[in-house]
Amino acid sequence: MTEEQKQKDEKTANRIEPLLEVQSISKRFPGVVALDNVSLKFMPGEIHAVVGENGAGKSTLMKILAGAYIPDTGSILLKGEKVTFSHPQQAQHKGITIIYQEFNLLPDRTVAYNIFLGREPSKFGIIDIRKMNKDAEDLLREIGVEKMISPTAMVSSLSVAEQQLVEIAKAISFNAKVLIMDEPTAALTYTEVKLLLDLVVKLKENGMAVIFISHRLVEVFDFAEKITVLKDGQLVGTVNVTEVKPEDVVHMMVGRSLDHYFPPLGKPEDFGEVVLKVTNASNKFLKDISFELRKGEVLGIAGLQGSGRTEMAQAVFGVEPFTTGSVELRGKAMIIKNPATAIKNRIGFVTEDRKSEGILPKQPIRDNMLLTVRAIQFVFGPIFKNGIRKTKNLVPNLGKQVDVRTDSYDREVQYLSGGNQQKVVLAKWLASDADIFIFDEPTRGIDVEAKASIHDMIRDLTKKGIAVLMISSELPEIIGMSDRVLVMWDGHIEGELPAKSSEPEIMLMATGGKHIKEPQSVSAAGKE
Amino acid sequence: MTTTSISENRFKRFMRHVNIPPVYYFLVVIFLGGGILDQIFSDGQIFTNQAILLNIIVRSVALGIVAVGQTLVIVGASIDLSVAYTISITAVMSSYIMQGKTENVPLAILVVFGIGILIGLINGLIITKLRINSFIATLGTSLIIKGIINATFSNYTGSVPKSFQFFGYSTLGPIPVAIIVLILVVFAGWFLLNRTKFGAHLYGVGGNVEVGRLSGLRTDRVVIGAHILCSMSAVLTGLFLVSRLQSGAPWVGPDGLYDLESIATSVVGGTALAGGKGGVWGTLAGVLIFGVLDTVFNQLGMNPYLKTVLRGAIIVLAVASYTYRSKKEAA
Repeated sequence: MTEEQKQKDEKTANRIEPLLEVQSISKRFPGVVALDNVSLKFMPGEIHAVVGENGAGKSTLMKILAGAYIPDTGSILLKGEKVTFSHPQQAQHKGITIIYQEFNLLPDRTVAYNIFLGREPSKFGIIDIRKMNKDAEDLLREIGVEKMISPTAMVSSLSVAEQQLVEIAKAISFNAKVLIMDEPTAALTYTEVKLLLDLVVKLKENGMAVIFISHRLVEVFDFAEKITVLKDGQLVGTVNVTEVKPEDVVHMMVGRSLDHYFPPLGKPEDFGEVVLKVTNASNKFLKDISFELRKGEVLGIAGLQGSGRTEMAQAVFGVEPFTTGSVELRGKAMIIKNPATAIKNRIGFVTEDRKSEGILPKQPIRDNMLLTVRAIQFVFGPIFKNGIRKTKNLVPNLGKQVDVRTDSYDREVQYLSGGNQQKVVLAKWLASDADIFIFDEPTRGIDVEAKASIHDMIRDLTKKGIAVLMISSELPEIIGMSDRVLVMWDGHIEGELPAKSSEPEIMLMATGGKHIKEPQSVSAAGKE
Repeated sequence: MTTTSISENRFKRFMRHVNIPPVYYFLVVIFLGGGILDQIFSDGQIFTNQAILLNIIVRSVALGIVAVGQTLVIVGASIDLSVAYTISITAVMSSYIMQGKTENVPLAILVVFGIGILIGLINGLIITKLRINSFIATLGTSLIIKGIINATFSNYTGSVPKSFQFFGYSTLGPIPVAIIVLILVVFAGWFLLNRTKFGAHLYGVGGNVEVGRLSGLRTDRVVIGAHILCSMSAVLTGLFLVSRLQSGAPWVGPDGLYDLESIATSVVGGTALAGGKGGVWGTLAGVLIFGVLDTVFNQLGMNPYLKTVLRGAIIVLAVASYTYRSKKEAA
């Protein structure tokens, strides 16, 4: 578009008038400036990604747009008209709807009841259930999923992706003109992401502005037309996807480029003897698993959601043990029948779901760090504030080792950032003297800087002779960290790839591409 | 042919619509099991004597009415421990005001429902505005009511007129009035939960307050409303009890264990203590299970302490079966 055209367009204001605009928005919370003088425009029919590290102000901005927060200064313009929201409902009625990462659905109610909660069609307080179900069905038809989702289905019976579609149907029922999505793809499989993408494109074609937050740059580049980068509450810039490369965006986010992202891989002389050997092992989720894990290496486990990645980690750790086959630990045959056995045998498991499985959010850092060592102690043994009988100064040492940033080890873990929480989890396993570490999505939902420091830490572990099994759905992480890669598909190990394999090589295996004759395997799997 | 298939379809749809809570199968099993034990070890009256069947239900009326109210509150993720003393205060106040005179009945009913609404309102306000956990809040109001009753009345007080005993003893045709009242109350509870906005909002608030708030529900009002209805159901139970006992005594509520048993029957009936799930038909089954058990135990002449032990065991078993099933579904 030339300058001249631009000016011409500006005159015919209707066509390029932004649907939603924020002007010099600032928001402070006690002790932090969450947003500092941010101005942005969102056009109709545009998919706009907002990226940035944790704490960059993305969520705050979204919440201001959705009426959940009130900005300290600045104004919001909807179709050029100034609006103020004091409650999310007001924003909703004006056509701005937000879908949070944690869904706002009632699991034990039907789809229709969820969509129309608070707005049930009724007479004298009595609900017209038939009309409500019909209206819900119409909405589902509008987004083309009426065959997948019935209005009378219980939400708890739906998959995560289907629940997200229900949220979108709900948003449309408010005549949403602006749809905000917080990490919409975080929990979706490849096929589901594609479904969502198709839907979003359709919404966009109807003139809706779609804004989404994401940590995953791959998707940002798949989805979005424009990318806005925030850093420390300030606007770094808005760019067109076609004009930039992922490295540029990362650079905008952190002020450094993608190459510095990962520590160097291990060298052949770093790898020692086999510490974990699984042979022909199966359970109800897994078929015929065989692999070896050596001292000092990072063995990456790639695979799509549902391929059995997490189940494999859980089997090794005794959560859902192998029922057949054999496991050899440091040369000795061993049955790991529960997590306690695994911990006693110095296996550490940094789980995928940090909030529900990794930390005790309301306990102080010190108790979280000492959880595993205390678990294998005598039940009625004395408790030491900073450690155990043998090593009384464990907590400060661990804290230094993993570099937890806090003013006191008495702080409750819930108040730490995601990255710092992950470090506490790491410390917990270091305390138990684990020398086999399993990481399941070690950096999910963590900002870029903390990611790098966790990657460094994982590499440091291997330098001490620790063996690491690392599961990740992020291919750059798999490629950047792994000394070898196992790719899982459909509950078994599809194949092994050497370090520095390319994304297409891994993707081909992970989508079961070898089983399909056409070379277009990725899209074929996507159509399932 | 076509008509049968249509009616079959309708029947199926109806069944799906009604969605019989699984607890009814449990009720049938207990009834049949109890009846068979009765045949073997006693005079076998459970299967042969209709009066016993009716009696099971009449005995369930008092608990049934208040349990419906309790279910509403639990669906809203709250709880009401004050129902037992609300029943007591209803019983003593109504018989005190009536003093055996029919002309005092309307006033008595008005006053006790007024008290009930006030108790429910206070419970609801404490829980929503002061943000006090419902368990503690209603335990507190329960103790306050207890203190007030004990300071004022110490024994049977006043009496109800013959006319008022209609509620407790008379029949409409072959069916006792009390049973009709219970059915009406259960039906009202079902209608409220499943057909009205209030019900839908109560499920919303109970399922997830934040979801409710973001959907624009006035969550506090919904919870307060549920508490008022619950206290009113306790008042109705109190009136039923006093009409049968002919005079109100301060211990009728707590002695009947209406607080804990109304919660237990709701939960046995499939209402989740965490809220957002369940309904009054399940609660009715829970109440009937308790009634059947009592009758069976009486027929068998069982030791009263053993009775209590078995009751406890059956509550645990019933609820454990839910968790087991939902775990299986999840897997």
